[in-house]
Amino acid sequence: MGVLDPLKGFGITFATMFRKVATEQYPEDYRPTEQRYHGRHQLNRHPDGLEKCVGCELCAWACPADAIFVEGGDNTEEQRYSPGERYGADYQINYLRCIGCGLCIEACPTRSLTMTNFYELANDDRQNLIYTKEQLMAPLLPGMEQPPHPMRLGEDEQDYYVNGPELARKAQEEAP
Amino acid sequence: MGLEEKLPNGILLASVEKLVNWTRKSSMWPAQFGLACCAMEMMATGATPYDLARFGMERFAATPRQADVMVVAGRVTNKMAPVLRQVYDQMSDPKWVISMGVCASSGGMFNNYAIVQGVDHVVPVDIYLPGCPPRPEMLLDAILKLHAKIMDEPLGPARARDKLESGKTTPMIPSSVKYAKDPDKLAGPRDPNGASGGIPLVEGGKR
Repeated sequence: MGVLDPLKGFGITFATMFRKVATEQYPEDYRPTEQRYHGRHQLNRHPDGLEKCVGCELCAWACPADAIFVEGGDNTEEQRYSPGERYGADYQINYLRCIGCGLCIEACPTRSLTMTNFYELANDDRQNLIYTKEQLMAPLLPGMEQPPHPMRLGEDEQDYYVNGPELARKAQEEAP
Repeated sequence: MGLEEKLPNGILLASVEKLVNWTRKSSMWPAQFGLACCAMEMMATGATPYDLARFGMERFAATPRQADVMVVAGRVTNKMAPVLRQVYDQMSDPKWVISMGVCASSGGMFNNYAIVQGVDHVVPVDIYLPGCPPRPEMLLDAILKLHAKIMDEPLGPARARDKLESGKTTPMIPSSVKYAKDPDKLAGPRDPNGASGGIPLVEGGKR
């Protein structure tokens, strides 16, 4: 024990002032999530804008927290929302129940339901945290068209499922 | 409370209201109510990497009488519900409650006989924070949204009536959008549909 030992402790405190700050300055500057972070859901679209969801309810069955509600509907020739026979007429996810486990994503047969990296969901109203289909649908990208409209890329749903991207590329080359 | 309740509406009271709300939101002491895994994220939020003290929430109080905001973190069992209510009752006014995580907000995946299906059965909740568990950024986002709510709180019954009649509510804007320094160069995740005000999703952004 030397006389200067207590000062050594202060020296560490003083030196820490010049070290890099470890704190993340959240609202202004922050680290992005991992790419496969389980955030808010999204219902995807085919390249022409038709919905990928076929209303099979497998996501709702897979959900351990019963957070998903799906109601299927029948496509007709005049009112077509997805290739094939059925589409998701109503789709709701209750984020007050959803635990973000991703089992619904694994269950989805058409890769319609995926998760985004968005997580700032806090709200002061329970009702606002039940997301409806309009909120969950992916935004329309260039070249997409708001359903209902007829199948643009193929004769039946098999064309969409098997060679959707190639058909979309071909349609894009022909269009302009 | 006192004199301000008898005063008519005026510019003085509006400024006082802003000042009072600002002081209230700038130093909210949390009453910890960590019950499960969400408490781990709550502790992480208080630690160096996220540093809750940046928002004036220096100290997680185990004493409800010195706390302003209760963070209910975790599933509340039926047996714990009276304790939760007692802690809330012991807090001094003004007080707020953050329901952290899906279990506290609605029971989450524990839809059974033992768990209270949402702490709003027991105490009034100001902010619902989904996630299982919510990451520290989500808790900070909820706290900042609560700050925005506190800034809009009316002072006195006359102003409260005015606010109720006008039907105004505090918009719940994602904090990373609201406090962004340069909205064009956002690194983090964005809500692809609205809420962000049409700010595009930036993929693979760096810090």
